[in-house]
Amino acid sequence: MSALIAILFYLATLLFVVGLLQRIRTYAATPAPLKIPTTPAPTTTSGVVLRMTREVVFFESLFKANLWIWSMGWLFHASMALVVLRHLRYFTDPVWGWVAAIQPFGMYAGLTMLAGLCGLWARRLIVERIRYISTPSDHLILLLLIGIAASGLTMKFVAHTDVIAVKNFFQGWMAFSFQPLPSDTVLVLHLLSVVALLVIFPISKLLHAPGVFFSPTRNQTDNPREQRHLSAWAAKLESEK
Amino acid sequence: MAEITAPAYRVIPIIPALKPGAMEGKGPFVASEKINEAIGFPGQLVEDWHDKAIARFGELLQKYRSLRVYMDACVHCGACTDKCHYFIGSQDPKNMPVARQDLMRSVYRRYFTLPGKLFPKLVGARDLTREVLDEWYNYYNQCSECRRCSVFCPYGIDTAEVTMAAREILDSIGYGQKYSNEIIGKVHKIGNNLGLPGPALEDTLEGLEEDVKDATGIDVKFPIDVKGAEVLLITPSADFFAEPHIDSLIGYAKVFHATGTSWTLSSIASEAGNFGMFIGNYEQLRKIALRIREAALELGVKRIVVGECGHAWRVAYSFWNTLNGVGDGAGEVDKFAQMLQKQLDHRYKQPTHICEFTWDHIQQGNLRFNKSLNDKHVITFHDSCNVARGSRMGDLPGGQFEIPRNIIRSVANNFVEMREGTTHEQTFCCGGGGGLLTDDLIDIRVKGALPRMEALHQVQQEHGVNFMATICAICKAQFTKVLPIYGFDRKVVGGVHQLVSNAIILGDQ
Repeated sequence: MSALIAILFYLATLLFVVGLLQRIRTYAATPAPLKIPTTPAPTTTSGVVLRMTREVVFFESLFKANLWIWSMGWLFHASMALVVLRHLRYFTDPVWGWVAAIQPFGMYAGLTMLAGLCGLWARRLIVERIRYISTPSDHLILLLLIGIAASGLTMKFVAHTDVIAVKNFFQGWMAFSFQPLPSDTVLVLHLLSVVALLVIFPISKLLHAPGVFFSPTRNQTDNPREQRHLSAWAAKLESEK
Repeated sequence: MAEITAPAYRVIPIIPALKPGAMEGKGPFVASEKINEAIGFPGQLVEDWHDKAIARFGELLQKYRSLRVYMDACVHCGACTDKCHYFIGSQDPKNMPVARQDLMRSVYRRYFTLPGKLFPKLVGARDLTREVLDEWYNYYNQCSECRRCSVFCPYGIDTAEVTMAAREILDSIGYGQKYSNEIIGKVHKIGNNLGLPGPALEDTLEGLEEDVKDATGIDVKFPIDVKGAEVLLITPSADFFAEPHIDSLIGYAKVFHATGTSWTLSSIASEAGNFGMFIGNYEQLRKIALRIREAALELGVKRIVVGECGHAWRVAYSFWNTLNGVGDGAGEVDKFAQMLQKQLDHRYKQPTHICEFTWDHIQQGNLRFNKSLNDKHVITFHDSCNVARGSRMGDLPGGQFEIPRNIIRSVANNFVEMREGTTHEQTFCCGGGGGLLTDDLIDIRVKGALPRMEALHQVQQEHGVNFMATICAICKAQFTKVLPIYGFDRKVVGGVHQLVSNAIILGDQ
C-alpha cells in the first residue's frame, strides 16, 4: 500500500507539473492582438503589478461583485494557503523556522478552509442562479476539497495518525526510497484525494489559478495611444500590403 | 409583431428569478447571401459547417489569449450572474454572462479538453449540434459586448471576447447577422454606416451651415475634404442627420469655430463607427480602421479628433494605434505606423476625443458659456459602456468619467448623478450596443434598457431630471426609441456637445 501511494504521488506530481507548465506555456505563447484592459486601468507596469496583486491577494473584483462569494471564497483560499504552507513540515528537515512558526495558525486554517468550502457549496446548492450554472464537476471538485480538509482535520482533532511515520514516508519519497505509511484509512483517503486533486488540476477549472495572471483585461497596461501594440500575426497583415 | 411593452421596474436591488427559455428564438434576421458575400463571408450556412466551425474555433484559440484563458478559467462562481442588463430585463438564465460563455465553453470542453472528450456529462460538455449552433446565433446576438460582467469577474473574463469569437465563427460558416454585416458592406462601399453618399453629405453640411447662421447669425463652417486642415474630425454618421445626434455635431463645429481651429470632415472616412469589432473579425476591424489612415494621409492633418460615439472611441483609443497607426510610440523600423505618426502633432494625444478637445480649451479659458441657457435642463450623465470600460480620456485612469462631467458642469447649472452602481465603471449598457440596434431585436433592446430606465426614473422622481446626456450615437438612437416605451419623452436623451452648443458664446455677444 505504501509503495502504491508513493508511486501514485510520483505520477500525480509529474502530471501536475508537466501539465501545468504546458498550460502556462500555451497561455504565454498565445498572442493578445488587441489592447483590452477593463478600464479604468493602470497606465504603468507597476500599476498593473499592483492591480494584479490586489486581484490575487484580495480578490478585488469579486469583492465588488458579491460579498457572499467573496467572503467564503477568500476565507477558503487564504486558509488553504496557510494549510499548504503548514504541510511543508513534512517535506523539510529540519523544519524551516517560519514553517514551524505558522503551525498553530495552519491548524485553525484547516477549520476555516472547511467553513469557506461549505459556504461556497451552500451557495451553489441554495441560490437558483448558481445552481443553474453548476455542472456535476463543480460539485465534485468542492466535495473533493471538502474531503481533503475533513480527513485532514479528523487526523488532527479526532483520530491522530502517526505524523512521524508520515514524515518519514515523505522524506523517503523525496529521496526515491519507499518508507512505510501508517495503515490508517483516513490517512489513505486524505492522500488519495490529494493525488486526485493534483491530477485534475491541469485539465479542469482549477486552471483559474495560473489563468488569472494571463488575463488580458487585468494584466494589460492602459497605454494604447502612447505605445504601438502589435502581435506577430497582426503584423503580418501589414507586410502583405 | 406583437406590441412591445416595457418590463416592470424592480424593487431595487432585487435580483430577478430565472425564467428559462424566456428569450429562446431564432435570433435576429440572418444575413442574406448578397450581404455576406460582399464582405467575403460564405453566402449561407456551409454544408460542412460543423467541421469548419470547430476548425475556426481552434484557430481563434491560437490567435487570442483572451479566448484561450477565458475558456479555461471560469470556476462557475456566479459573481457575474446578476450583472448583465439583458438578464435583468429578460430573466432568461442564458443571458447570465457565465451561461452565455458556457454556450461556447461546453463545446470547447467537448472538442479541446481531455475531460470533455472522456466524460462530457460530468463537465458540462456538448457536441456542436445544429441546436447548439442556433442557440449560439440567438444568444450571442443578445449580448452588447458592454463588458460590465468583466468588471466583476475575479479572473477578468470578458464575455465580449467570447461573443466576438462566437460571431466570428458564425460568420466564417455563413451564419452572420444581417444588421451588422449589411452595415459593414455599406461602410466599405459608400464610406459610412448609414450609406450616405458624398454629395448628400455635402448638401447636409451646407444645410447645417445655414441653420446655424439663422440661429446665431454667425458663419460656423462644416468643412469637408479640406487638405491641410489641422484637425480631421471622425464622427458617427448618425451625427449628420439623426436626432438628437445632429445637435452635438453642431456643438463640435461651434467649439472648432470658437477656438479658431481649422478642421475638416472626410468623405472617404465619414464614419467613426466600426462594426468590425462587433462581429469580432480582425480583418474587417482593420480594414474599416484603415479608411481613417487613408483620409489622414491624404488630407495631411495634424490631429485626429473623434466625435461622440462609444464603440468608435474604444476602437479609436484602444485599437487604432494597432490597426492603422493613429497614435504614438511606433518603433523606428515600423514604417507603416511611422509614415502617419511623423505627420501627426504629438503635443496632443492621438487620437483625441472631442470631449478632451473641448475640455482642454475650457481649461485654457478659450471658450465662454452662458450656463443659464441650459437652465431648462436638469441633467444626468449616462456613461456609455465602451467609453467607460474600454477606453480612457485625459492622462489619468477614470478621465473618461470626469471629463464629460466637467464639461457638463462648465456649460450647465443643474447636474445630478444616477444611483451608485449604475454609473462609471459599473454603468449599464443602453441595451442597443454591440450590433443589436436593429428593429428585429427590439424586444431584447427594450428589456435590456430596464436597469438604466430604473436609475433614470429614480433621479426623475427625486430631482426632476429631464435630460440624460451621453456621448454615444448608439445610446442616443437606442434611448430615442425605448424612452417612450418606458413612459419618458424621447427628447430626454441628448449629447454632451448638444449642451455645449446651447450655452457656448460665439463672436462678441
